[in-house]
Amino acid sequence: MLQALREYFQSLLLIELFRGLGVTGRYLFRTKFTVQYPEEKAPLSPRFRGLHALRRYPNGEERCIACKLCEATCPALAITIEAAPRADGSRRTTRYEIDLFKCIFCGFCEESCPVDSIVETSVYEYHFERRGENILTKEKLLALGDQYEAEIAAARAADAPYR
Amino acid sequence: MTQKVKIEIDGRTCEATPGEMIIAVADRAGIPIPRFCYHKKLSIAANCRMCLVEAEQGGRPFPKLVPACATPVMEGMRVQTRSALAREAQQSTLEFLLINHPLDCPICDQGGECELQDLTLRYGKDKSRYAEAKRVVKDENLGPLIATEMTRCIHCTRCVRFGAEIAGLRELGATGRGDHMRIGTYVEQTLGHELSGNIIDLCPVGALTAKPSRFRARPWELIQVDGIAPHDGLGSHLHLHVRGRQLVRVHPRAQEAINETWISDRDRFSYTGLSAPDRLGEPMIKREGGCWQALEWQGALQIAAERIREAGSELGALIAPNATLEEMYLLQRLVRGLGAQAIDSRLRQQDFRGDAADASLPWLGVSIAKVEEQEGILLIGSDIRQEQPLLAHRVRKAALAGGLVATVNPYRLDLTFPAIQFTASPSGMLRELAALAKALRKRGSGTLRTLISEVKPTAQQVEVAEQLKQAGKRYRGLILLGALATAHPDYSLLRALAHLIADATRAKVGFLPAAANSFGAYLAGALPHRLPGARPAETPGLSAEAMLNKPRKVYLLWGLEPGFDLADPAKAVQGLDRADFVIACTGYRSPALERVADLLLPIALFAETSGTLVNAQLDWQSFRGAIPPPVEARPGWKVLRVLGNLLELEGFDYRSSEEVLEELRKQCAHAKPNNDPRGDLKKLPPRLSNGDRLYRIGNVPIYALDALVRRAEPLQANAEFLQVSLNPDQAAEMGLGAGDQVEIDQGEGKLAKAPVRLDPRIPRGCARIPAGLSGSEQLGPQIGPVSLEKR
Repeated sequence: MLQALREYFQSLLLIELFRGLGVTGRYLFRTKFTVQYPEEKAPLSPRFRGLHALRRYPNGEERCIACKLCEATCPALAITIEAAPRADGSRRTTRYEIDLFKCIFCGFCEESCPVDSIVETSVYEYHFERRGENILTKEKLLALGDQYEAEIAAARAADAPYR
Repeated sequence: MTQKVKIEIDGRTCEATPGEMIIAVADRAGIPIPRFCYHKKLSIAANCRMCLVEAEQGGRPFPKLVPACATPVMEGMRVQTRSALAREAQQSTLEFLLINHPLDCPICDQGGECELQDLTLRYGKDKSRYAEAKRVVKDENLGPLIATEMTRCIHCTRCVRFGAEIAGLRELGATGRGDHMRIGTYVEQTLGHELSGNIIDLCPVGALTAKPSRFRARPWELIQVDGIAPHDGLGSHLHLHVRGRQLVRVHPRAQEAINETWISDRDRFSYTGLSAPDRLGEPMIKREGGCWQALEWQGALQIAAERIREAGSELGALIAPNATLEEMYLLQRLVRGLGAQAIDSRLRQQDFRGDAADASLPWLGVSIAKVEEQEGILLIGSDIRQEQPLLAHRVRKAALAGGLVATVNPYRLDLTFPAIQFTASPSGMLRELAALAKALRKRGSGTLRTLISEVKPTAQQVEVAEQLKQAGKRYRGLILLGALATAHPDYSLLRALAHLIADATRAKVGFLPAAANSFGAYLAGALPHRLPGARPAETPGLSAEAMLNKPRKVYLLWGLEPGFDLADPAKAVQGLDRADFVIACTGYRSPALERVADLLLPIALFAETSGTLVNAQLDWQSFRGAIPPPVEARPGWKVLRVLGNLLELEGFDYRSSEEVLEELRKQCAHAKPNNDPRGDLKKLPPRLSNGDRLYRIGNVPIYALDALVRRAEPLQANAEFLQVSLNPDQAAEMGLGAGDQVEIDQGEGKLAKAPVRLDPRIPRGCARIPAGLSGSEQLGPQIGPVSLEKR
């Protein structure tokens, strides 16, 4: 009985409305934390898992040795690798593809890589316009690696003490 | 029955034969003991120290840990494989082994199926205390089949022991001691033995891996399908490893009764021929002017059916002896359904005079495993290491166990075991056998009588005859006729002599099948004188030879290349040229085939079709297709089924190859293996005279057996090429020297140029000019007169 009476007066006097407006008013006068993307960007951890890249050694040799651990560990089956001996007899991939539609950006591939070849960069701004662009081929991945090498190396160095 | 002893391993009581090693008992009981150097088929080396266990006897412990692989069991022995002490030993051994192991698992082909990896995971420590420099070993170049990475070697010496004990050829050895120990060939050379590929499986680490499949696949990507080897008469059991739609590699499947745990290199690497560049992908027809045009299956089959119907009883069919049982059965149904009688699969046979007296269902004579128990083996016309590599291993075991192995061959064989070799020209082979018969006091009748009366046995022949007789008395004598006997112009007489010797010695006569399904042809009825179920045909049809001499209107060639798979290619091509229409069901297009054929139908090959092969001991071995055939190619039985339907033949509505097999199996219920001649072989006059003509010996080299092997690149890399091998004395008489180029003239067959090679293993009066090699398609009969002209 008493409960019903209390609820009746609370709604009649708009107490709940003012309480809600109070919260709004409090935030109205606080410092703002909205990021004005794309003019402003949020800070990223060195462990951020964005677009993939294949790295090279400083002498230009590709790191990937076609061990296929990333392919084996990939929970989304997004990686496809074909391997064969290269002319110099070394073990290399002839095909390395990541399907970005399948990828769930879990980062297992970079964790499994014994030579730090496949990495996830901090690039998250990309889009596809045509069918098929979602497949990152070996050439594209190597190009991404070349483009972001400085960034990747810095991220790896920053994270090194915790590995 | 020997007395059994009881021992206790990890608290479990196991029964064992005295003298057995602990590890063998544990293996049987399913108790894991880690090991590297121990292999049940090889001698015990006890050098890896991985299998150390704690043991006690009669309550008194052994003073130190004992290697399980080299410690024989005794009554009441108690063994601990997982005690604290044993565990520590296992950990330490692994730590020592890993000191010099490169740990390059990510780039190692063995990664994922590596014994060192597995055991380290299970028995090793999780950290290494070794931080110093590791040893690096230079790689060996072992040829096109085996890739090496000798730094990974852990010196188990399995490969060395395999060479010494199984292959019988010490190609690999260990040099140096301790840290400096190296496995290698000492002087760089290619491993040439026909079983050398087995060291890939034996190697517990990635030091020896398969070169053709190098870096192509990871073990976890592969799907394993059971298969049967399609080459020699054993039908070795295989594991086919498939990745996607591709056959990546072939491993042996253990089958004690057939291939034990080994397979020959031919069975292991022939799969590489499946993706040869000249693989036929779609039906092709020859248009005006000899240009080839692809067409749809439906159109192609309709043309084929039309032509076959027109030919009717004028149809001739030749089927390769490695075709599946189902294909053979359906093809003979089709041919006989049309009223034709001409079907044959004995493509390399020259002498068909003995067909009426042919064995009703030939076989090896004893089971494959029993070959090694024989005390006397007489090999007639068989280069056994080349023809049946794994059977040669069984013969070797028999010889090493003290049995007598004698051979009668047109050239001296390279054997890896002691044997008495009688080497003679083709006509001389008859005389050698006649001498053996005479030494056994047999006089023979008919032609044999004359033959035997003309010879005088040597002391050695008398001794061999006596030993064969002793072996025969204990039912341990075996006389085997091989491929060189089959190709012999007097095969009937060789057989008659073999049976005569068998009679005198009570030895068994056995036949070595020319290909994977030679004996299946008897069961399927793919022969002119046999109906399904190996029943004799009332009116025998035309044999391969007769069929080509008396041209048919239409020929159907199944899975063969006329230039390489027939006894007399030059004559065969002429015969085929005279036909109206030649339909070739084949896996490959080759220039020789394109020349004679008018219609090419692509069929599935080994591993692509389901089917059954019948081996030397008449096991029906069925298998499933592991990979899809390329492009438009279809399994053979399906092609024949549709062809049967188009020809409106009764009962061609099979839905699976199993149905075909079932139908045939019912007809084979009463087929019993029997090597006895069904008639008289003795009356035939010999075709070869003793004259001083030069005879060609056209053996089929190991890697020239069939179309698939001939296209297996890694096998061909070091394979034989066409040369004329002559006895040095003979060559000197003829004014020829090594490296000279000669023109080979065999009547209808002529080859413009071939190099001469001097070889003391060839008897005088003979020239070894192999068949099945590029160039030999222009020559005449495999064994027959030849003249050489210096160019």
